[in-house]
Amino acid sequence: MSRPNSTPAKRRSDVLGDSFTALCGGALALNLLLVVGILALLAWNGGRFFWQRDLIELTMKDGSKVLGELWEEEKRPTEGERQGVDRLRLKIGNRDLVGLDFAWVDRAGIASISNPPGAVLLERLEYGNFYGTIQEIRSGGKVVASGSEASWQAFGPLHRQKIAESEKVADLEKGEIGDINAAIEKLRLRRKKLDLLSLPAAEKARRIAGLDADLAVREAEYQKLADRLSAMREELERDQIVLAAVDGATKELALSAIVHAIRPNAMSGWSKAGLYVQRIWEFTTADPRESNTEGGIFPAIFGTVMMVFLMSFAVVPLGVLAALYLREYAKQGPFVRMVRIAVNNLAGVPSIVFGVFGLGFFVYFVGGSIDRLFYPEALPAPTFGTGGILWAALTLALLTVPVVIVAAEEGLAAVPRIVREGSLALGATKFETLWRVVIPAAAPGILTGMILAMARAAGEVAPLMIVGMVKLAPALPVDGHAPFVHFERKFMHLGFHIYDVGFQSPNIEATTPLVFATALLLIIVVTIMNLTAIALRNHLRKKYAGSAV
Amino acid sequence: MQDLAPSPARADHAGPGPAAPDRDPALRPQIDNPILEVDRLSLWYGDKKALKDISLEIPPKKITAFIGPSGCGKSTLLRCINRLNDLVDGVRTEGDIRFEGASIYDPTLDINWLRKRVGMVFQKSNPFPKSIYENVAFGPRIQGIKKKADLDEIVERSLHRAALWDEVKDRLDESALGMSGGQQQRLCIARAIAVEPEVILLDEPCSALDPIATARIEELMQDLKDQYTQVIVTHNMQQASRVSDYTAFLYLGELIEYGDTGRLFINPMKKQTEDYITGRFG
Repeated sequence: MSRPNSTPAKRRSDVLGDSFTALCGGALALNLLLVVGILALLAWNGGRFFWQRDLIELTMKDGSKVLGELWEEEKRPTEGERQGVDRLRLKIGNRDLVGLDFAWVDRAGIASISNPPGAVLLERLEYGNFYGTIQEIRSGGKVVASGSEASWQAFGPLHRQKIAESEKVADLEKGEIGDINAAIEKLRLRRKKLDLLSLPAAEKARRIAGLDADLAVREAEYQKLADRLSAMREELERDQIVLAAVDGATKELALSAIVHAIRPNAMSGWSKAGLYVQRIWEFTTADPRESNTEGGIFPAIFGTVMMVFLMSFAVVPLGVLAALYLREYAKQGPFVRMVRIAVNNLAGVPSIVFGVFGLGFFVYFVGGSIDRLFYPEALPAPTFGTGGILWAALTLALLTVPVVIVAAEEGLAAVPRIVREGSLALGATKFETLWRVVIPAAAPGILTGMILAMARAAGEVAPLMIVGMVKLAPALPVDGHAPFVHFERKFMHLGFHIYDVGFQSPNIEATTPLVFATALLLIIVVTIMNLTAIALRNHLRKKYAGSAV
Repeated sequence: MQDLAPSPARADHAGPGPAAPDRDPALRPQIDNPILEVDRLSLWYGDKKALKDISLEIPPKKITAFIGPSGCGKSTLLRCINRLNDLVDGVRTEGDIRFEGASIYDPTLDINWLRKRVGMVFQKSNPFPKSIYENVAFGPRIQGIKKKADLDEIVERSLHRAALWDEVKDRLDESALGMSGGQQQRLCIARAIAVEPEVILLDEPCSALDPIATARIEELMQDLKDQYTQVIVTHNMQQASRVSDYTAFLYLGELIEYGDTGRLFINPMKKQTEDYITGRFG
């Protein structure tokens, strides 16, 4: 073969190779672009929501006025098919007065726009935001301050005091009254349990009388606390505020029903930045209000994280033990190959099918049996026989176990045969070899499986809807009442929260930004959990440096 | 090891043993009190016969070398001695190996006991992905030694014995995988010594090492002769002639010649041996 012949052939393969390299790089770039794009979209739309815009007052040509935040401006062509007029979308709040949070205003009808410095934004416990001015503050029927400026000055200290008082009320409700309610509930259940026992009548009557006496004491305590509570509530209602909307309508409400009051137009950039941080903090740490359209999403974060952790505790031992048997003990052959294929295919089963299985097996069968055996006194109200965080975690553990099995098997397979032989040659048994050499060396691979399983579980929604996830959980699965961790309780989840807020909300316009913010938060939560697991894996890798996984 | 009789399943092959009158001088050097006796051992990998009716005796506290071209069965024979071949699927053996007079195939024998008495060093160094200390302490821990002071003492003694102590005494807690190849191989020797075996099997221990590291291993082998019986597999004839007292030449699964190393290399009795050691094939 002469040289001139071989050179062009080489060049052709170079061209092929170069274009293939470009193709690979392009595919990676596209992936990165998509990931960065979706993150930027979420961050921009979710992050913008927490920034306080200025309040603008529009004076219309017909003399009417509109006050609100400018959310959107729609420009439309003056000719052609989509011809129309430019419009502004304003958040006008005052849902209790006008019925809608948002309004479209034709630009052509606007006479003038101003930024009134005295305009107040009130975040309320109910009916969303109020935009307007403060007219009067009354305490026990007497006017304390009147007029926009004087009222604003008087509002601050009084409001702080009311906030402190309502915190006390909340403490009393959740603390002492909660404890007594829990104790009363326990006594009631014990009484019902006594009824179910077969005891001599006299003995039974004696015990029931004892419980009834306890119950009476508790109920008297409860009554005392309830009286104190209503006195405190009355005190809270004593201070009222009179608000005026821009169209002249007035609204009177208790000071304690106001969460925050600000004058956005009088705020500096720095104080707006402070407010921004404060709002993000509230969003991540507070309970939701107004059917999830306002307030925070802390219960959803907590529920997601706790469910994923419970799932990991279930799935890792299950998956690793199964992988150990498949890889180390089972005789490799057609049957093991079939099992492996079946495990892989399990990952392709629609997740809702796992949900249905979880409902039938865990909730109805296992949970129902637990109820009949251990909680008969509460029946027909189910304890474990209904969806709960434990059943949700176990259902997701079944869903993600193939991932863990596959990763653990690969981790085990990557431990070289010669290392195993080295251990056996020192007189170690097969079990000692596995336990002391192979599993530690495969640990990073096993953790990789756990990371994948956690990411999958944190984003899963469909199966959870039927095994314990709810739109609004009355209580966290962890609290101060024994046994402190309540596996049977229902829980909230970020994934479902996104669906609920975005598509089931009565106030879609107001909650759309929350969808972005919640989605971003879900990604952040998953990232943090993964980073923790990755740090653990790297630590193990360092410890068993050079392990092949 | 109370049952000295060969197991019934292998009784058909239980031959007269070392005192056989019809000694072939090329195969049976005069060895007193052998620690290991391989007796008409044959081995199949599936249908392939890898060892053919091999009989030899290994003297205590000497170095015996198995030489031969690749695929001649020398490693297979070595791995029979601690029954590591049992782990390979489809392996079948006939014949017997006696360790200190007792069959290693005796069903009542604890295979892990055997492997504690017969240590092994592999062709590719295979330290565990653990610290240097934990590597050496692995065997003693398996034997149930838990006291830190005892383990410390064993680790230090074994590393001293393997001429590694001075190099690693300051980094015992570091990963063994950060050591050089020669150090790793000496660590594997220290690890084998730590369980106080009678016999150390070395399966081409220097094939992946440079000449200096090889020289250190060979020196170490000489040092260990006072305490241990060593059996080395090597494809390096110079190495066999340098380190060993007895040499066995295997070819295509058969034992061709076995004898005193000096005699075998200078005055081979078989034509094949002569061809191999003079480099005419292999």
